[in-house]
Amino acid sequence: MRNIFLFIRRFFHLLLFLALEGLAIYTISKYNKTHQAFFASVSNEVTGSISEKYNRVEYYFRLKKTNEQLANENANLRRMLGSSFEGPDTAKATVIDSLAKDTLGVRKFNFLVAKVVNNSVSQENNYITVHRGAKQGVKVDMGVIGPDGIVGKVIFVSDNYSRIMSILNRKSRVSAMLQKGLYTGDLEWDGKDPDYFTLSKIPKSAKVQKGDTVLTSNVSEKLSFPPGVMVGRVAEISTDPSSNFYTLRVKSATNFYTLQYVYLADNLLWEEQSLLEAKTPKD
Amino acid sequence: MSGLLKNTIRFIFFILVQAYVLDKVPPLHEYVKPILYFLFILWLPFGISRSLLMIIAFAFGLCMDYFTGTPGLHSIPCILIAYVRPFLLNILLPQETTELSYSEPSSKSLGAAPYSIYVIILTFLHHACLVLVEWLQFGDFIFFIGKVAASTAVSLLLIFITEMLFTRKGKYRTNAAI
Repeated sequence: MRNIFLFIRRFFHLLLFLALEGLAIYTISKYNKTHQAFFASVSNEVTGSISEKYNRVEYYFRLKKTNEQLANENANLRRMLGSSFEGPDTAKATVIDSLAKDTLGVRKFNFLVAKVVNNSVSQENNYITVHRGAKQGVKVDMGVIGPDGIVGKVIFVSDNYSRIMSILNRKSRVSAMLQKGLYTGDLEWDGKDPDYFTLSKIPKSAKVQKGDTVLTSNVSEKLSFPPGVMVGRVAEISTDPSSNFYTLRVKSATNFYTLQYVYLADNLLWEEQSLLEAKTPKD
Repeated sequence: MSGLLKNTIRFIFFILVQAYVLDKVPPLHEYVKPILYFLFILWLPFGISRSLLMIIAFAFGLCMDYFTGTPGLHSIPCILIAYVRPFLLNILLPQETTELSYSEPSSKSLGAAPYSIYVIILTFLHHACLVLVEWLQFGDFIFFIGKVAASTAVSLLLIFITEMLFTRKGKYRTNAAI
């Protein structure tokens, strides 16, 4: 026993060094898997409030750009309005609508607006902080879209702030499809240029051209992105002769440098869908 | 200004500069990342005990991590350089004086050449460790070599500029030394 104490005293610094390194490595490995770190919610509140103070200054200088973005988005939405389209009237008889229910369907997505307070593009793994948290209805795994296209997904929430894993993150993977032909592939980021993503696993039977539109796909497992949200446009097509798939370089629709407002997509039917999917027999 | 107050201010200042100035710089290239925050550990006074030094480095790294959103990533290299620092200082400190008369490492207290060696070695070690942790998650060997080399060069330039801008007065640790 005495020898153990002597040993500890002799190598105290080395042991402390190893213990602290072990703690740090444990933190990073646990975080990489589950995105849970100790003091996560406390630290999120603190860094969030500091970021918000910084953003108050930064936001002022970007007002012009943000305004332009939001105005463009409004114009796009207006173009989709029913009153913007006109065709010859094809109705033949008067039909009395006796349905008690709204025929347009059930609401599936609700959008919550949130202010971006911290955003990075220069790291290997980029995260975004927004000023809206659990108290304001944010839940983990919500899909996040910006005025121009997709942004990422919520990975953890504290009371008033939430942390978003940006698409500009080595760990992010989103299902996306080509608008022409609805071919689905995996959207990732290679860590090089914040303006470009990589879309892989598009079969060679797809007729891809430069400039084709890429949208979020109809099937998204856990990520509740609304289908058909703009992702970007095909910038470069490369074929791998050994496989049957294309790898596409996609120019991002979202400008991550000037992001100020995002929408968090709340999938209201997700619970029902996941319960049903959980019932599927696994054999 | 007392040493504790000065170092507390530096602690906050370095983290804020790294998080809100250097990390906001648009990326020039995949390899080039301006990193300066670890200079805080290089500037800590001689008098701190080795165990306290490591604990401070761990807390400092963790604070940095919470701003970048990757807990653990910056603490690993910070603890490493805090562990290596006393060994390096033992070798580099001028041997003829039995008692050191300056409070913290600087080009004045160590001499210009030993101080630059001290900075270069610890910067390289920090970046190598940081990029190694990133490299274990993704990337290839070229990425590792390229990023360590490029980031070390940028960091050394930044440290040089910082030393030029903020000339630290070589304060004597005790009055008795004179």
